[in-house]
Amino acid sequence: MVFALSLALCHALKAQAQPNPARPPDADWPIAAKDDSNMRYSTLNQITADNVHSLQVAWTFGTGVNRGHEGAPIVVGSTMYIITPYPNYLYALDLKQSGQIKWRFEPKPDAASQGEACCDHVARGCAYDDGKVYINTLDGQTIAVDAESGHEVWRTKLGDIHIGETITMAPIVIDGKVIVGNSGSQLGVRGWIAALDGKTGKVVWRAYNTGPDSDCLIGPDFHPYYADDKGKDLGVTTWPGEQWKIGGATVWGWISYDPQLHLLFHGTGDPASWNSEVRKGPNKWSSGIFARDPDTGQAKWFYQYTVHDLYGHDGINESIVVDLVLKPGEPKQKVLLHADRNGYLYVLNRETGQVISANPFVRITAYKGVDLKTGHIQFNPDKKPEVGKTIRDIAPAAPGGKDWQPSAFSPRTGYMYLPHQTLSMDFEEIPVNYIAGTPYVGADAKFYPDPQEPGDGSMGAFTAWDPVAGKAVWNIKERFPVWCGTVATAGDVVFYGTMDAWFKAVDARSGKVLWKFKVDSGIVGQPITYLGPDGKQYVAILSGVGGWPGSVVSNDLDPDDPVSDHGFGGAMRDLPKYTAKGGALYVFALP
Amino acid sequence: MFSLYPKSLHRSRVRMGGRWCVVAVATTMLLCGCTREKRKFSGGEPNSNAAVSSVRLIDLQPGGAQPVSHVDNPFEHNAYATSEGKRLYSSYNCASCHAHGGGDIGPALMDDKWIYGASPENIYASIMEGRPNGMPSFRGHLTEDQAWKIVAYVRSMSAQVPQGVAPNRSDEMKSSPAENSKKKENPAPAAPPTSGEQPQ
Repeated sequence: MVFALSLALCHALKAQAQPNPARPPDADWPIAAKDDSNMRYSTLNQITADNVHSLQVAWTFGTGVNRGHEGAPIVVGSTMYIITPYPNYLYALDLKQSGQIKWRFEPKPDAASQGEACCDHVARGCAYDDGKVYINTLDGQTIAVDAESGHEVWRTKLGDIHIGETITMAPIVIDGKVIVGNSGSQLGVRGWIAALDGKTGKVVWRAYNTGPDSDCLIGPDFHPYYADDKGKDLGVTTWPGEQWKIGGATVWGWISYDPQLHLLFHGTGDPASWNSEVRKGPNKWSSGIFARDPDTGQAKWFYQYTVHDLYGHDGINESIVVDLVLKPGEPKQKVLLHADRNGYLYVLNRETGQVISANPFVRITAYKGVDLKTGHIQFNPDKKPEVGKTIRDIAPAAPGGKDWQPSAFSPRTGYMYLPHQTLSMDFEEIPVNYIAGTPYVGADAKFYPDPQEPGDGSMGAFTAWDPVAGKAVWNIKERFPVWCGTVATAGDVVFYGTMDAWFKAVDARSGKVLWKFKVDSGIVGQPITYLGPDGKQYVAILSGVGGWPGSVVSNDLDPDDPVSDHGFGGAMRDLPKYTAKGGALYVFALP
Repeated sequence: MFSLYPKSLHRSRVRMGGRWCVVAVATTMLLCGCTREKRKFSGGEPNSNAAVSSVRLIDLQPGGAQPVSHVDNPFEHNAYATSEGKRLYSSYNCASCHAHGGGDIGPALMDDKWIYGASPENIYASIMEGRPNGMPSFRGHLTEDQAWKIVAYVRSMSAQVPQGVAPNRSDEMKSSPAENSKKKENPAPAAPPTSGEQPQ
């Protein structure tokens, strides 16, 4: 009897954790990117351009962790879940009680992993599906946690820190499979993406992004658009010797999914090392994008944004799934919108991988354009790095015109909203030694504010971009890189945060800053919006400076060495004057 | 061996008539010069067993304070060994984690914050044993001789070695100030651990 009762109670509790069908659309925010399209657009419209000026803090929550908080909170029903940077605490907060802790799950990742992560100890988010919350840990594990109780359901070790593998990306769940990829191009790992059975944690498939076709899950279904990507075992033959075994091409960014085409899209990281002389050749399948069948992992097409990437311009940025009318009178086309590190904003045909357009959204000196016939990016020979020679004013710098910080697309305005940076760099390739578990960098870099565009010393920008016209609509400059994601809403308000600790609401059409609020520490997170149990619209953001540019504060670096922090040290010299470290969640609502 | 010095110097000394004076001056110069410039191709490092057995991270000890440092690293008086340390620091990828002293994945080494101690034997222990928050152990990768040379170089980054010994140029593009023009830091032992958890 007691058993039956407790079983019933258990079922009741489990049922609570499911998204409530009675909840209106977009009430929840169940994965870091909100949904598989990666559009980061919410139909919630209580907060509007007219009333956002009266937005105020509803409640806050300190995470107890000091490193860069790049993660997005997620919301399911009346619970919010937050994954912190290492030690990767997972908190469940009760939205009915101003964020009272329901439970805290401590995965206890190996402390040594802190020495293997290139760009701070970040975790970019968790995912909810079928009563479980899925997290990745810095030491390379994926763990399923029961959403109601906080108890561990399963854990699978996928990466090995002894060869430099970590996991920092936010997982996504497609048809019950948890999709995960590794980090560590900077340590000379071999990149992969894997699908795990959400019920058991068993690996269903794993595709490498270098090596033989059989490892890359390239088979008869693979039909790349451009000739350069056709051929046998290009993941081996486009590298010297066995360099592909330590060739990078990781999957540390965003994954999107089109349910109609039943294709997932994922970028691949830069080739290792930054010393390009040790890896002559196109270095497939690095710095590009794969379309894969989520059931089997089999590749459908691939496009390489940056062939033989010379500047760390990897291809992991988000690809937004959207259908657009590109020419008046023509039907909608199935496209991907992708602002790449290399400074070009690509519109891709997502059925074939064809480049429809590629327009520069920042100043570019490294390249001279993208040839739409061959798909080739055109290198500027004046900026070709060499060992022992300093090449100056390479724009965009290694973090690119935009890094991982995810953009949004509003179907109401038709604009993309790009949080990004305007940096140039001096760059020198240096001799490189591969020692497993240590960085495999092979270059010294010094980043600085782009000297021409904008040329005023600012390093950050928040830009509205018209992907059909291929040009910027409006732009807001910021002192530091805008290393924070964004969310667009049906209230025609767009939110983002800055590294000098301001959280801002902007008019989606005009770019006018309508409201701003100073938070604890610099923002490098991802804003979300959801409907609380009380039916009110809330906006939430994690503060807590860090990440690649924020390590100057979060890891107490000494900017007197400008090549510190993989080249960011000198550029971020002033950051400690604006912010201290410390993680905290802010939740805002109208009064 | 007097050929090391300008002949005019000897003559002037001789004319001064003080033969002992010549010997004394020359010996002093030779001793200083030799230590700084001497090249020993093997040996010369401290006894690592002794260094490890005397290692103390802090001076707080029941019964009264005890000094932290006991070990003199002879390489810290030798420019060649310190430069070798700089070369090894790059070759063994120390530079890709700690940059040219400003830090990266690992903490800065040219400032005054020393989580695991700033004395030569503390740094030697950090390199050889590793540290729990991400510093790998290099025991087996480095000989003791190489490790002590890296120790000398690491300490030159915050001017803990004589100025005449610290390297003054890099093979790479200019980054942080040359080691021999660095500001001398006063290492502070009470530094936070690198773990991200609060409170530190």
